[in-house]
Formats: sequence, structure tokens, C-alpha cells
Amino acid sequence: MLLTVNNMHVSYGAIKALQGISISVKGGDCIAIVGGNGAGKTTLLKIISGLLKPSEGSITFNNKNIVGMEPYNVAAEGIAHVPEGRRVFSALSVLDNLIMGSYLPSAKKDRSQSLEYMFSLFPKLEERQHQLAGTLSGGEQQMLAVARGLMLKPKLLMLDEPSSGLAPIIVEQMYEKLAEVHAQSSMTMIVVEQNVPVALSLADRGYVLENGSVMLSGNSNDLLNNPGVKEAYLGF
Amino acid sequence: MAEIVPQIIVSGLLIGGVYALVSVGLSLLFGVVDIVNFAHGEFLMLGMYTTYWIWVFSGVDPLITLIISIPVMFLTGALLMKYLFKRVIDASPLTQIFLTVGLQILLQNVALMAFSANYRTIQVVYNEIVWNIGGVTIQISRLIAFFIAILLSIILWLFLTRTDMGKAMKASQLDRETAKLMGINTDKIFMIAAGISAAITGAAGTAISTFFYVFPTVGVSFGLMAYITVILGGLGNLKGAFVGGLLIGVAEAFGVQYVGADSGLLLAFIIFIVLLTIKPQGLFSKGVA
Ligand SMILES: Nc1ncnc2c1ncn2[C@@H]1O[C@H](COP(=O)(O)OP(=O)(O)OP(=O)(O)O)[C@@H](O)[C@H]1O
Ligand SMILES: [Mg+2]
Repeated sequence: MLLTVNNMHVSYGAIKALQGISISVKGGDCIAIVGGNGAGKTTLLKIISGLLKPSEGSITFNNKNIVGMEPYNVAAEGIAHVPEGRRVFSALSVLDNLIMGSYLPSAKKDRSQSLEYMFSLFPKLEERQHQLAGTLSGGEQQMLAVARGLMLKPKLLMLDEPSSGLAPIIVEQMYEKLAEVHAQSSMTMIVVEQNVPVALSLADRGYVLENGSVMLSGNSNDLLNNPGVKEAYLGF
Repeated sequence: MAEIVPQIIVSGLLIGGVYALVSVGLSLLFGVVDIVNFAHGEFLMLGMYTTYWIWVFSGVDPLITLIISIPVMFLTGALLMKYLFKRVIDASPLTQIFLTVGLQILLQNVALMAFSANYRTIQVVYNEIVWNIGGVTIQISRLIAFFIAILLSIILWLFLTRTDMGKAMKASQLDRETAKLMGINTDKIFMIAAGISAAITGAAGTAISTFFYVFPTVGVSFGLMAYITVILGGLGNLKGAFVGGLLIGVAEAFGVQYVGADSGLLLAFIIFIVLLTIKPQGLFSKGVA
């Protein structure tokens, strides 16, 4: 296993956001983590990337315990976290945002190739490279956020709702690109989504979160055909 | 009456360049780390004493002392960040004010104990040299101070806009959490920002040491001026702080001429209050929340 999260508990004060979650991700796999508002998806990603500290539980990545590590050290271990809500550096240019994605020495040495790759994936970003990131459209900002994560050349890419706020056609394009990256580099991915069908169409496996616990997990196809999932997330 | 206006503007711009550098130092720390450092003027004082004592013991030109004072002040700022400022980064503004005002009082009193309250001066041969260009007189030592300030400002600007680390500083300023996700060690970035803030402000102290008295509370008026400039320029806005510094210098020069030699900053303060009433976000803010 590349990543194993075991019995994770997190609270914000009195609010229990995660109540004993365990997930595991094999190298080269793409998994989806789905669930409604407040299920704990973002909290789980923040725990993995070190932005939050758990009250209980363990995380091993690449056979190394990463609980309690600073986020910038977690990034250096090879985990890129594309946060919820894009969070591009609005007052930096598109190019400088991508440069920040490859800030770490391990990513910096391949920066020019990575840039070329990003511009081939998202030609819009090349056109707009000298524009301030804050002036991009929502969809373009999401592309930039994903590209900035990829610039790190991560072993594990974690995406928090890459489809949120995007028009359906853009969501489709975004997921085509993600599938392309996954196929070309067999990069390990965790995709967090409320948009269940689109996430499960990309992922090999999925976890359904509810109230900070894993309700269901299994192969994407099985989940898509699960009556409970159909009723709760697919609307039929 | 009107013929002295060019002279006033030139004198104002020359000292304004130094104000600009001091203000940029304050604004950098405020912008990147989100701390208002009330001991900022004391960086200038420490830089001046560093230069003064090296000059006393070695007799080298004050400008040469920058080679030592810049690294010493950088280290001072970085260590203050690591052991002091870092503890209050997420604390309330009131806590930050208590800490940095306390630091200001401490540094002034340490200087008082160590160096006494004496007003000290540094003599250099070019102190008295004055150029006269088209009726405008320029004191060479002030011109040199101006050029040092401008040169350091340009170097800082190149660092911030052209290097990965400079961009990482900007990124940390914009979104600390996301910067960390890029692998940016924001703790280190904050130390470097504080180091630069102290180093350039100390260098400003060195730059003016040939025509300004050196004494324990010399930093107070500079600190006050810098807070005003930084608010005037828009909090954390370096360009605004720079232009604000030049403007305050000119406003002060007009004040000295038309209000009185000891109330030069009065005019600057009046302009400040008027401008803040008209544009509370500062002169150069784009009105972004
Ligand atoms: N900073 C915080 N302080 C207090 N409670 C929080 C905080 N962040 C999240 N929570 C709570 O923790 C729970 C899980 O939140 P989380 O953001 O992980 O959900 P999510 O699954 O990502 O939801 P969404 O799909 O809406 O983004 C929610 O009940 C939320 O209100
Ligand atoms: Mg979320």
C-alpha cells in the first residue's frame, strides 16, 4: 500500500469531524471519496497533508509514518494536495503559480518539462501565463490549481472537489485530463467529490463517507450499482 | 518664494528615499507575516550603533560597515522571528502590540545602558561637501544615503519578483496554508522576511549615520513615520510604502520650510489624517477585501 490511514479521529472543538476512518490506497490506483456536505472529506485530506493534526489514528505513506509532520515536509514526501476552492495565488501570475507548484528541489529540476506538459494538457494556461491568476475564470482557476499540484510531480495527487462550481462540460473536460494523466503516468490519485458519478467513473475504487465514518467502500462499478448509493447520490 | 520649491523637493526626496526603505522593511514584515512590529525603528537604531562602533574602532568608512551590519541585522531579525514573533503570529493584535512595544522599550533601554544617552556623530571627509546644481544644493552624504536606499529597494524588488524564494514569500503572504502545500517552509520564509526587514532598516540607519545623531531613541521618529507611510501606502503594499516614504519626505521638507524647523512632520501628519479620511484603505489599495 502506498497510503494507509488507520482509525482516524479528528475533532474541531466539540464537533467530531472524523470518527475512526480507515482507508488504503495502492500505488497506481485512483480512488474516489464521496459524500455529502459536512461528511468529513476535506478534513480527511487535510489530515493526510498535515494541515490538521488528528487526535487519534495513524497514517503511513511509502512505509513512513507521516502523522504530525508539517505540511511542507509531507509535500516533500511526494503528496500534492489541491485544496477545496482552488486557492490559486491570486496576485501572482499563472506562470508563477506553476513555478510555486515546483518549488521543491525534486520538482524544480524538471520544471521546464513539467511546464511543457501542463501547457499541453491545458493550452489555456499557456495563453494566460502572464496574467494574474486572480483574473482567470473559475474553470481556468481550477485547471491552474490542478496543474500547480501536478507540477510537484507527486507520488500521490489529492484533489478536493475539482468539479465544484464548474459547468458540466468543463467538468467533463477536467475529468478527461485527469484520466489522461492517470493513464499516462499511472499517478496515484485520491479524488474527493460530491459529484459521485463523475468521480466514480474515473476511480477504480471508492469510499462513501457519512458523518465522519466510512459507510460503504468497494469497486466503483459496485458502488454505482449499489441501491443505497443510487438513492442518496445519483437521484434515482 | 517659489524659487526654493525645487530645493525643498530635492531635499525631501533625498531623505524620503531613506524613509521609503525603512517603510518597505516594515511593510514587508507586516505583509508576509501579518505582524505590526512596533520595534521597527529600533532596527534602524541598532544598525546605526553597529556602524558607529565599527567606525570608532576601525575608522573605516561607514559605508564599508554595511558588509557587517547587513548580515548582523539579518540574523537579529531572523532570530527575533524564531524565538519571539513566531509565538504571537496567530495571537490577537493586542498581544502582538504588547510584545513588540515591550521589545521596543527593551532595545532602547539596553542601548541606553550599553551606550549611554550621549548623542554621537560620525565624521567623514565628505560630510561637508555640498554640490550646487542649478541653484539646488545637495549634500553628498545625503545623496549617498539616497542611493543606498534606492539600490537596496531595487535589490529587494528583484529578489521578490525574480527568485523562487521571493515568489514563495509572496505566496506565503497571499495564502499561508496553500503555500505550505507547495512544500514551502513558511517558518523559514518568515525568518527570512524578518531578517530582510531588519537588515534593510539597519542599512538605512547606516546610510544616515553620517549626517544624523546616533542615540538610543533615534528610531522612534523613524518608526512612527514608517507606520504612517505603511498605512498610507496600504497595509502590506510594498510599492505603496515606497512611494509613501518619498511623499512623507517631501511633505516633511515643506513642513520644515513653511511651518517650522521642529514641526516638519506636522504637515506630514495632517496630510496623513486628511488622506485617511478620504481613502481609509490607503492610497494604493485596489479595494480588495
Ligand atoms: N474549521 C472548522 N471548525 C469547526 N468545524 C469544522 C471546521 N471545518 C470543518 N468543520 C466541521 O467538520 C465537519 C466535516 O467538514 P468537512 O469540511 O471535512 O466536510 P466535507 O465533507 O468536505 O464537506 P463539503 O462537501 O461541504 O466540502 C463538518 O461538520 C464541518 O462543519
Ligand atoms: Mg469539503
